[in-house]
Amino acid sequence: MSHATTNKATAPAGRPEPEVDRRPLAKRRRNRILLQVGCILITLFMALPIYLIALSATSSRAALQEFPLSFIPNNFSLETMQTFLQSTGILGGLINSVQVGIFTLLLSLIIGVPAGYAVARFAFPGRDPYQLFLLFTRALPIVVLSVPLAQLFLQTGLYDSVLAVVLLHTALALPTTILITSSVFLGVPRDVEEAARIFGCSPVQAFLKVVMPMAIPGIAAASIFTFVMSWNEVLGASILTLNQRTLPAQVLSSLAESPLAYRFAGGFLLVIPALIFIFFMRRYLTNMWGSTIR
Amino acid sequence: MADISIKGLKKTYPGSTELATNNVSLDVAEGEFMVLLGPSGCGKTTLLRMVAGLDFPDEGSISIGGRDVTYLPPQDRNLSMVFQSYAVFPHRKVRTNIAFGLVMKKVPRDELEKKVAWAADLLQLTPYLDRYPAQLSGGQRQRVAVARAIVMDADVLLMDEPLSNLDALLRLDFRAELKKIVQQLGSTTLYVTHDQVEAMSLSDRVAVMKKGQIAQLGHPITVYEEPADRFVGGFIGSPPMNFLEGRVTQQGALEVAGQSTKAPEFLAHSAARSGGLPVMVGIRAENIYLEDRGTPGTLDATVEVVEPLGHATLLTVDLGGQTIKVQVASTVRVSPGEKVGLRFDQSAIRFFDTETQLGLTA
Repeated sequence: MSHATTNKATAPAGRPEPEVDRRPLAKRRRNRILLQVGCILITLFMALPIYLIALSATSSRAALQEFPLSFIPNNFSLETMQTFLQSTGILGGLINSVQVGIFTLLLSLIIGVPAGYAVARFAFPGRDPYQLFLLFTRALPIVVLSVPLAQLFLQTGLYDSVLAVVLLHTALALPTTILITSSVFLGVPRDVEEAARIFGCSPVQAFLKVVMPMAIPGIAAASIFTFVMSWNEVLGASILTLNQRTLPAQVLSSLAESPLAYRFAGGFLLVIPALIFIFFMRRYLTNMWGSTIR
Repeated sequence: MADISIKGLKKTYPGSTELATNNVSLDVAEGEFMVLLGPSGCGKTTLLRMVAGLDFPDEGSISIGGRDVTYLPPQDRNLSMVFQSYAVFPHRKVRTNIAFGLVMKKVPRDELEKKVAWAADLLQLTPYLDRYPAQLSGGQRQRVAVARAIVMDADVLLMDEPLSNLDALLRLDFRAELKKIVQQLGSTTLYVTHDQVEAMSLSDRVAVMKKGQIAQLGHPITVYEEPADRFVGGFIGSPPMNFLEGRVTQQGALEVAGQSTKAPEFLAHSAARSGGLPVMVGIRAENIYLEDRGTPGTLDATVEVVEPLGHATLLTVDLGGQTIKVQVASTVRVSPGEKVGLRFDQSAIRFFDTETQLGLTA
């Protein structure tokens, strides 16, 4: 009896309105969890091979032969890396690769950024064919490009030099650099540039002081593409060099007859610089002034 | 500070056959606040951009302070500008945004800091000097743009619809503030807007533009009370001027909506000579008074819509088949369908030619 009375008393006070439907919230939460799981899976897919290579590269030779392989670095040793670095041509290849990467990056930005700006801002005659033409260079296989280039470089004395590889890589990188930067320049409002002109800038100054800084994320993206492409490109570099090999070309040429430890160490050394480069450029990709996109 | 002299400016944008500005001539006196007013596409912004040097004219000349600047690049014209979209530099802090023009002019550091502090104080930006524009509201961003423009001590200050991106309340506040600041500076100002209230409230003189030409140039009150043509009367004022088809008879009576009143002397004369003259009668809503039906000197009409606005009541009235707006005091009680008499303030009536749409004056 008393139970019934309490029910009656609380019903109007405790539940004045019908219950709120919380099911959409639960669905939202479930979707979010699924998204997280997806992210983790994809990250694992990318990170696991890198981890395994790093693990093998920093393990002793003996540990590599063990079965089952340990997932935890319990026998850390620099022996493998040392052997690899002391092999012929590796250190030189590493230096060459870094040089090629940096010079390719600089050259492709020096040419590509102004070109991207021109494509974005000016309606010049032949703009559309030019953009199409840019894509065509990328459509040609590297082999097709490299052989005539090797011939040309042999004649001009550029063959087997860092510059030869830089020129090839710049040619390969330019289309993406131009396309990426032009799309970013399109996003820079014209009147900001005009404001710079009004307040005393010449066209070049307005570009350097206002437009370029606003296009940093795009330039960073283009830089990553260029550097990683240059770092990984092996075919053209192999054709155009003989002694001045870049690291991937050097590793490739000696991969077949090298021991397992050597392969792991080579793989590790090939992955790391690109990762470091991306790590540093990343903040320019996402971090804008006062509004961090995360 | 300097005057602006624009002569015979013609401009056609590439790919367009229409003249963006058609033979525009305009003189802005030293220290004057000139507003270019017109609907979108009337050429007012084009005119401003040519003064700024962001566009070049096909024909004609512009001189600032007696110096020919027609084809000079913007940075050599010694002017500053406030943009509609603010156009503040997002990668620079408020402080360096304001100082940008001064740095480009290589102003000494202590003077630069003094000026930035002065402008920031004037525009209430001092607490935000070390923020990025992304951390400011729209109104504050526009203040940054104004501060950046006024520190320049330029010959000419150009403003391209600086208030149009602000919300209504902010616009009202900032309008008065802008007027105060410009009065303090005393700089020659060319201000573009499509908002007639802004034009009326800010300008020393207003140039109403239409299809690339200046339709009327004058003191804002003159333009409001004596529009040079039907377009100006219809564009300025809220509600716009009422236009009624009428006719001045040979006997000197003005017939409107089948009813007649006395016509003004000068129209009666020309009507007597020509044997009747069709005219367009223009009258503003606030110059029409409500009377009882049948009062001598009034026109019979019927109220159709009553819109209380708070400070006044706006009536839509049917006058012999023509619809007009009448503004009455908010204390007046009328209801739709009511039959009323309308008395026109004789001194406020304007007449326009039915063919040319131009104003008719004595």
